[in-house]
Amino acid sequence: MSANIKRHRTGLGGIAFAVIRPVMSLIDIPLRALQRATGQGGMASFFILPNMAVFTIFVLIPFAINFVYSMTGGIEIFLNQRDFVGAEHYRDIFTCGSYLDPASCRRDGFWTAAQNTTLFVILQVTLLIIVSLITALILNRQIIGRSFWRAMFFFPVLLSPVVVGLIWRWILQRDGLLNFVLLEAFGAEQFNWLTDRTAAFAATIGVSIWAHMGFYTLILLAGLQAIPKDLYEAAEMDGTSKSRVFRRITLPLLMPNLIVVLVLALIKAVQVFDEVYVLTGGGPGTSTMYLVQYIYEKGFASELRNPGLAAAASIIMGAVLVVLTLMQMAASRRNEKKGER
Amino acid sequence: MAGVVSFLTRRRGGDRWHWTDVATWVWLIGGLLIIFGPAVWLVLSSFKTPAALSAFPPSILPYVTQEVQVEGFDKPLPLYEVTLPDGTTAQMAEKRRVGVIAQMIDPKNPGEVVKVNIKDRKPVEMVEFATSNYTEPFLQFDFLRYLWNSVFVTVMATIITLIVNSMAAFALSKYKFKGRDLILLVIVGTLMVPLGVITVPLYSIISTLGLFNNLWGVILPTVATPTGVFLLRQYMLTIPDELIDAARMDKASEWQIYWRIVLPLSAPALAVLAIFSVVWRWNDFLWPLIVLSRSTAYTLQVGLNVYAGQLNVQWHYILAMTVVTMIPVVLVFVFLQRFITRGIATSGLK
Repeated sequence: MSANIKRHRTGLGGIAFAVIRPVMSLIDIPLRALQRATGQGGMASFFILPNMAVFTIFVLIPFAINFVYSMTGGIEIFLNQRDFVGAEHYRDIFTCGSYLDPASCRRDGFWTAAQNTTLFVILQVTLLIIVSLITALILNRQIIGRSFWRAMFFFPVLLSPVVVGLIWRWILQRDGLLNFVLLEAFGAEQFNWLTDRTAAFAATIGVSIWAHMGFYTLILLAGLQAIPKDLYEAAEMDGTSKSRVFRRITLPLLMPNLIVVLVLALIKAVQVFDEVYVLTGGGPGTSTMYLVQYIYEKGFASELRNPGLAAAASIIMGAVLVVLTLMQMAASRRNEKKGER
Repeated sequence: MAGVVSFLTRRRGGDRWHWTDVATWVWLIGGLLIIFGPAVWLVLSSFKTPAALSAFPPSILPYVTQEVQVEGFDKPLPLYEVTLPDGTTAQMAEKRRVGVIAQMIDPKNPGEVVKVNIKDRKPVEMVEFATSNYTEPFLQFDFLRYLWNSVFVTVMATIITLIVNSMAAFALSKYKFKGRDLILLVIVGTLMVPLGVITVPLYSIISTLGLFNNLWGVILPTVATPTGVFLLRQYMLTIPDELIDAARMDKASEWQIYWRIVLPLSAPALAVLAIFSVVWRWNDFLWPLIVLSRSTAYTLQVGLNVYAGQLNVQWHYILAMTVVTMIPVVLVFVFLQRFITRGIATSGLK
């Protein structure tokens, strides 16, 4: 046992250990007394207390009072200065001539953002999964320099959204690299990608796929590598065609990973904000205004601040996230059962 | 050379190239261009002068027009390669330009002025890195301050995250107590509830605690990460309970068991969480944007966004500072990428 532990006390860890050791021993004196007074159960509470305290103050309480916020009006931020308005914000949001036409709604900004987000989620998640799956399948082949390629696709995942947004803003601007490449290749005219509604919307999808695909590729690749090799060997001996092997072996056995990827990608896509905010600022007009930016602007940034409305909108978004998660959990459970059979 | 080609094109089992092999390499090379291209372009652009940045079509390398000191002029004059009417070419300096006609002079003979159509000349250029793009923001703006704020937030948040998360994970994995399953359920549940949903009430709590415009207001809400607790707990579950029982028989206190047995044995998981935490906190944007409104409290990400959002964007500074912001993450990528990819593949956390 002791040998097992000592192994970790070399190198950097060893130095940290030497520094921390006296401190920890000092802390041990009062904690021994605490342990004598409260027993093992008390110590369990002691260990969990700091995390739970922070968690309660900064996650659970806000989560609970968010509902209260959504039922109060005015521009004040402190709850005791706000008036109770009941379900007014929700009524406002859902007062709509037609949900498909934001202009007919009382809160047209919310429905524009909701519609943009829906379209973004559908397109981004679909393309993201296709691109990640192709990349994972390719990285699963016997290729030269596989670890380099795998690392390469992962690189943008680590970049901050602000950096991602700025890099692409610089490339997509009128005098930017993309127009230069298109000019050289096709003699195309300079085009202002970020001030055209459709192009800007497409750019937000493309950039977010660029930034996140490496992460999903890794999860899918891990799944591909977990598929037993003898299944493929058996199929090869039977002379099964490649497309049939993909449909009958690869895809079904990869399904749990695909579902994980789908859940994570959906949850992430619904909350799209950072890189898009830096890239387009929600524009041109409101064509790339997504829900989180709507909440942010209603809550903090715009002239017509309305924290209550922002809270109501965030609760609706949270509800969508919960529903998505539950649906996917159910799907994955059904999938597991199928696997057992 | 032929050996290299035959090595690179060698196929497993000596088969000939299948179309999927071609598709694979098209995809990989395309990926290389699309993924590293923009980053390389950013770095190259960050060394260009404002004049070179606004030129279209842009040059690949940071060129500047060469200038010469000519007798009788205070400032150095830009140098051009001029095609004279008789077909010969000469290097001449521009004295003045009126419309499409430029008045050029020979640097060695400044008295004689030649009028040239600007179509018949092109600037003499040389590669020069505009390093002032990097030095000036640190002197003129508060970028040194933003850098410090970002480092402070990242380091503090990571240390506190590691301590409180590992303690909670220890309790949740090695003790049986009432409410443990409830706590676990809450933690797993909030894995899916993002900060973006609770910004409004969280803002009021931060304000109540007087942490508005304070870096601690950025740090504290992030440290009790459910993902961190979850990752560490899953890892600690694999530590055999017999170790802990044996330590108890040797009269070790619970605190000693935590820091002398469980923590050292959890080192791999702690390392993964530490790396993730550094990247998360360095890259955080929405929450710092809400909490920090005074410019002296900005982190790099918020500061960059503010400068990039101005009406007259000073791209030469923005690009250079974007590169600076990227540096720690690139270092993490180069040296620790293996840890991260393994961490993601085994735990699915991001």
